Amino acid sequence: MCDSCGCNVTPGNAHLVKAGGALHRTDDGREAVSVLRSLLHENDHTAAHNRQHFDQHGVLAINLMSSPGAGKTALLEATIKRLGKELSIAVIEGDLETENDAERIRRHGVPAIQITTGSACHLDAHMVHDALHQLDLAALDIVFIENVGNLVCPASFDLGQHVNVILLSVPEGDDKPAKYPVMFRAADLVLLSKCDLLPLLDDFSTDNARRHLRELANPAEVFELSAKTGDGMTQWLDWVMDSEARLEHRLGELHIDSQADATAAS
Amino acid sequence: MHELALCQALMDQVDRVARDQSAARVVSIHLGIGPLSGVEPGLLSQAFPIASAGSLAADAELVITSLPVVVHCQECGCQSEVQPTRLLCTHCGAWQTTLVSGDEMLLERVEVICEKNTPMQARRVLHS
Repeated sequence: MCDSCGCNVTPGNAHLVKAGGALHRTDDGREAVSVLRSLLHENDHTAAHNRQHFDQHGVLAINLMSSPGAGKTALLEATIKRLGKELSIAVIEGDLETENDAERIRRHGVPAIQITTGSACHLDAHMVHDALHQLDLAALDIVFIENVGNLVCPASFDLGQHVNVILLSVPEGDDKPAKYPVMFRAADLVLLSKCDLLPLLDDFSTDNARRHLRELANPAEVFELSAKTGDGMTQWLDWVMDSEARLEHRLGELHIDSQADATAAS
Repeated sequence: MHELALCQALMDQVDRVARDQSAARVVSIHLGIGPLSGVEPGLLSQAFPIASAGSLAADAELVITSLPVVVHCQECGCQSEVQPTRLLCTHCGAWQTTLVSGDEMLLERVEVICEKNTPMQARRVLHS
């Protein structure tokens, strides 16, 4: 939600705007100042700035979120192996401590910036902004942001990404979307990871996982894959390639529009 | 979520409002929080005395209104109040709904007492 077009006025707070205007003074000398601004206004502002950076360079930004250990880094390694020659990829890694994940990514010849958050269990737009300035965006096609493993906090912080991809690994159980609605509502794509374990963990139903996601009114596609065996990876890689192509197309159209505007104005 | 960090961000905004209004102190802060925002109102209230200590809002009342989760059905057009984990239309059962309200974490209103209400001489003293 923004603070400029009025989309932050919902049925829950509309009465405030209608009542006495932006500034309402009561008889006892108090002034009531209507603000109607998100508590995360500062973060959202920086996130918009980050998105602008990505757009300017035609770089697709994918925010990867999941529980700890759902296989985000393994998915990235398998993705880099398959797409690394066609696309120029970089990774921003978020962890509380250690450079371990960044080192795993760098072994594949891809630049990786490690953000160690200390005790903070999510990345925010400011941290990502600092990391962006360590990357040569002009030379990149895709930046993966591997968020801190956590199904609670990362969902509320916009980083400036274009899409949210959420991993749900088979050992976690199929009802995670019902338990963490804020996170799973934010998903543009859900990957059921470690699907090679499905024969062993037969209480995980991929249909149930989908049903729980739909109960959050989320129409996102759900892919089943295993980064370890490679099963289902093609569908994911195609999705990444398509998303990148769609971004290029959208930015191309914007460029044509702005050129037409400039011609019309001159 | 990070209620203390969020509360500190809130205090920055409140402080800005208070300074814009040349307020002597903040009387109350009104928030609207929806269950799908990820913010826990109870934790926010606990964090408030810590985040507001020493500020113009140190003695202010924090009023949190819990907002309902309301969805609009794209199939039948009805609007329904629902549970945060089940955003289905209560009229036709469709899952193809859009959220109308329920994910807000808004600073709605700040009530302040302004210096304008103090005598002119006293105001000059306050500014010097």
